[in-house]
Amino acid sequence: MARYASKQDYKQRSQGVIVFVLLIAVLFVVRLFYLQVIDSSFKDSADSNAFLHKTIYPSRGLIYDRNGKLIVSNQPVYDIMLIMREMYDFDTISFCKTLGITRAEFDQRIADIKDRSKNPSYSRYTPQVFMSQLSGEEYGRLQEHLYRYSGTFVQQRVLREYAVPHGAHAIGSIGEVSREQIEEDSYYKRGDYKGQSGIEKTYEQQLRGQKGTEILLRDVHGRIKGRYRGGERDIAPVAGKNVTVGLDMDLQTYGEELMAGKLGSIVAIEPKTGEILALVSSPSYDPSLLVGRKRSDNYAKLLADPHKPLFDRPMMAQYPPGSTFKLVQALAMQQEEIINPSTSFPCYQGYYYTRSRKLGCHSHYSPLDLPSSIQHSCNAYYCYCLRNLLDNHLSKYGSVDSAYDAWRNHVCSLGFGSKLEVDFPNEKGGQIPTSEMYDRIYGKGYWRSSTIISISIGQGEILATPLQTANLAAVIANKGYYYTPHILKAVEGDSIDIKYRTKHYSSIDPKYFDVVQEGMARAVSMGTARIGRIDSIPFCGKTGTAQNPHGKDHSIFIAFAPQDDPQIAIAVYVENAGFGATWAVPIASLMIEKYLKGSISPNRQYLEQRMLEAKLYEE
Amino acid sequence: MERRSNLIKQLDWTTILLYLVMVVCGWFTIYAACYDFEHPSLLDFSMRHGMQLVWIFCALALAVVILLIDSKFYNNIAYIFYGAMILLLIVTIFISPDIKGSHSWIKIGSFSIQPAEFAKYATALCLARFMSRFEFDMQKTRDILSIAAMILLPMAIIVAQSETGSALVFVSFLLMLYREGLNGLVLVLGFVAVVFFVVVLRFNNLPVEAGMNPPIEDYGYLLVFIGVALFAAFMLLRYTRDRICIRTLVLTNVGIYAVAALVRVFKPEWLRFTDAGFVCMGVSTLLLFVWSLVKRRKSYALIGLLFVATVGLAFSVDYAFDKVLEPHQQIRIKIVLGLEDDPQGAGYNVRQSQIAIGSGGFLGKGFLNGTQTKLNYVPEQDTDFIFCTIGEERGFIGTFFVIALYVTLIIRLVIMAERQRSSFSRIYGYSVASIFFFHFVINIGMVIGIVPVIGIPLPFFSYGGSSMWGFTLLLFTFLRLDANRMEILQQQ
Repeated sequence: MARYASKQDYKQRSQGVIVFVLLIAVLFVVRLFYLQVIDSSFKDSADSNAFLHKTIYPSRGLIYDRNGKLIVSNQPVYDIMLIMREMYDFDTISFCKTLGITRAEFDQRIADIKDRSKNPSYSRYTPQVFMSQLSGEEYGRLQEHLYRYSGTFVQQRVLREYAVPHGAHAIGSIGEVSREQIEEDSYYKRGDYKGQSGIEKTYEQQLRGQKGTEILLRDVHGRIKGRYRGGERDIAPVAGKNVTVGLDMDLQTYGEELMAGKLGSIVAIEPKTGEILALVSSPSYDPSLLVGRKRSDNYAKLLADPHKPLFDRPMMAQYPPGSTFKLVQALAMQQEEIINPSTSFPCYQGYYYTRSRKLGCHSHYSPLDLPSSIQHSCNAYYCYCLRNLLDNHLSKYGSVDSAYDAWRNHVCSLGFGSKLEVDFPNEKGGQIPTSEMYDRIYGKGYWRSSTIISISIGQGEILATPLQTANLAAVIANKGYYYTPHILKAVEGDSIDIKYRTKHYSSIDPKYFDVVQEGMARAVSMGTARIGRIDSIPFCGKTGTAQNPHGKDHSIFIAFAPQDDPQIAIAVYVENAGFGATWAVPIASLMIEKYLKGSISPNRQYLEQRMLEAKLYEE
Repeated sequence: MERRSNLIKQLDWTTILLYLVMVVCGWFTIYAACYDFEHPSLLDFSMRHGMQLVWIFCALALAVVILLIDSKFYNNIAYIFYGAMILLLIVTIFISPDIKGSHSWIKIGSFSIQPAEFAKYATALCLARFMSRFEFDMQKTRDILSIAAMILLPMAIIVAQSETGSALVFVSFLLMLYREGLNGLVLVLGFVAVVFFVVVLRFNNLPVEAGMNPPIEDYGYLLVFIGVALFAAFMLLRYTRDRICIRTLVLTNVGIYAVAALVRVFKPEWLRFTDAGFVCMGVSTLLLFVWSLVKRRKSYALIGLLFVATVGLAFSVDYAFDKVLEPHQQIRIKIVLGLEDDPQGAGYNVRQSQIAIGSGGFLGKGFLNGTQTKLNYVPEQDTDFIFCTIGEERGFIGTFFVIALYVTLIIRLVIMAERQRSSFSRIYGYSVASIFFFHFVINIGMVIGIVPVIGIPLPFFSYGGSSMWGFTLLLFTFLRLDANRMEILQQQ
């Protein structure tokens, strides 16, 4: 009995057992609470294990010309991606063989991927571009082998495809983002594409769309097991917006053909809207050269070309505007009431600005009134104008400086002296010197018209881009205002920037334009530009010759047509071509006829032939 | 008819309800764990959840059969069943195919059965029968040795089958033995030995950072030595109240360490603190033995033996770890102790299972939405690591619920065991509770990274017919015995 009792004594031990069980349970619950609720690091580990965030590239917006013609579209290409962490048992040799690269190339590419100075966002856990831009054909060959290499997959991207080999400067190109661009905007990752020039660059935001993400589930062996929650968390890519540009691709093509073999540029603007109809920079290149894997090679070649095909002349080349600047003078001087349409000045084969120094002129009758001075492009006329302004109206202005400033303000209101703010990268502003600049050079009070006489005929310190002179033609066509020239005509589902829909009025009264137009009309019909006369289209123009210290002068012509309802304003520059009439006038007149009539009249086809065939520089 | 309705009335329906809830939750968890995006069908017998459904229905049938058998039957067959089981275990070693190095499965056609899962049951019955004999006495050495043999025999055979995990389960009988009067000191000493083992291993092998000199001291030994000295002082206070002896002991120890510190300031290469620690142990032992002779009391000498045992044990830890344990077992222990970090190799399971559980958060990712488990990042996710799936998909709420289920079941079993009038039923009931508790502690502890990886299933959750039937057998046999608890009293 005692033994039985002693056995029963252990009954209280059951409580110890229960307490022990509870203690362990509490320990477990605390540990689980820590693991599951407090420590959040496991969540990320699980996500990086299981989720493969695959970027889906949106298709870039298409580009149409003003007539609805598709000029830039997309083509699919394929990038081979690697995830370093998942490259188990990687058979490098056979991988190289499949891709057709050498072992050394493979090592180089891997080293590039891992080099954080080239690839700041490198991580072993995220997909890295190993080889980019395989064509559909190349991809087809690879596809069946790629599954054998763990950690690799193929990502589709889109590249540009160009309908015509023209308009490279206007449209621009897309290229892989540089390291700086990645650092600037986190939207871009290594291997992404971005507009690098032309409207591809300006309208990058509209064209690129939004990248999407597909969340895929990946098992322990790296195999894709499906989409996370049936794709409910995926972000669909947003396609880029299609844009329509003001370019007339036929006119652009024609312009490039006319300029073939010549250095220079053509800018054509629709005066009523400011839309750029053609933007030719010669020599040009085929935009498809800068697409895909051959881009960098071709780019280097173009860069090394001594004629600088990559140089965007219409926007960036700054020339003295030469005689085309007389139009500006005619307007500014009238506004300042230095002259009126019937004011005449004599010309003795030039203008003696000191007793012995003469600024020459060509032969024409004398004296000339204002329209005739434009018709015959008389140099002396404008020298007198400048002298009257700066030297003979001190009572009105008080000083040379203030007279000059008044004049300069008018010039600048016509779009000179600073950037027009076109929707285009790399635009240059030209130069209209300030009075301060002359004060600095000559000393205050030590300069007068004779000192700076060459600016009266658009030489000397005056610089303007072809775009600015084309804009001048548009201002004159509009009799006093212009729209900032722009390439974009419309964006799908969006309106273009308000600044391209705002009229900029010049400080010149519209009434002063009539006489200038008349002079320009006469220049075409029976003056310096008569070679360009088109019987069916009366139009206005002004020749110019930009002095070139490095060689033969540049031939310039600006015009707008038709005279009474201007549809096109144009500036043509042909470098090293001599007098304006010889090359620039025919090219501009052919452009005008082509644009307005669609074809060249038979009696002018000899001219077209001559222009197309002319080679003014050695290739 | 009367008897049957009586049985239904007598059954402990709370436990049966707990059992059913666990089985159902377990099945859904297995469905989630082996859910394949390509085969979402619920009843696909080529998939594990389909097979598990078969095991579950067989288990339910088994449960009914067990309940229908007379309760005296279990007492009667206990020895025979145990003997047969031992034979079967031995036979298994020879006829089992090699499955990942383990020889514990018997293949019958396309089915495989693991006898080790049933050996626990047989041993529990056998122990209950043996210990419920009237003349049994827990204090008698012969009886203790008999019990030890009963437990160690199947354990040894299962170790020979290379199923160390299943063998370790037999340790759980200690809990039952404690209730039955095993000297608490055995458990305390066992616990102390484990702590000892852990401390020595953990601090003797401090992880060395790159560029750092490896520590010259064995910090594990130092910690243990200082701990033992303090413990000895406590024992002296408790059993002898000899303050002079305690003061002498403490001062001697502190003095030796202080001298060592002084020497190290001037000549660091002469000795280590660890050496001083050994000197302390020796001097302390000597002191207590001398004191024992002077005072003519045994207690001093016994406490002195503590120091001797400590030094012996300290030396044997490294030996045991290096020589007795298999390399994979060594590394599992090192991972839990944070001595080794091998997320791609041996630490992979534990790391991925913790990621799975941790990523579940408070509410979980939702049924079938677990990415870690669905995509096979966690190995053995439907068997030993099934708890991960619960953690990932059901979050803290889910894991808390499962722990609550187990704790309720185990405590319920303890309470039921205590209400038994026959010692056979009580001992058997405690064995069942102990086995469930051991599985619960080891399995969940392993999955959440506080116990080394030991491959034993989580009862009613892990996939597998053998374990499902084994646990059903254990539980329902006790339910049958419990239903008859009044009858047995009446018979006596």
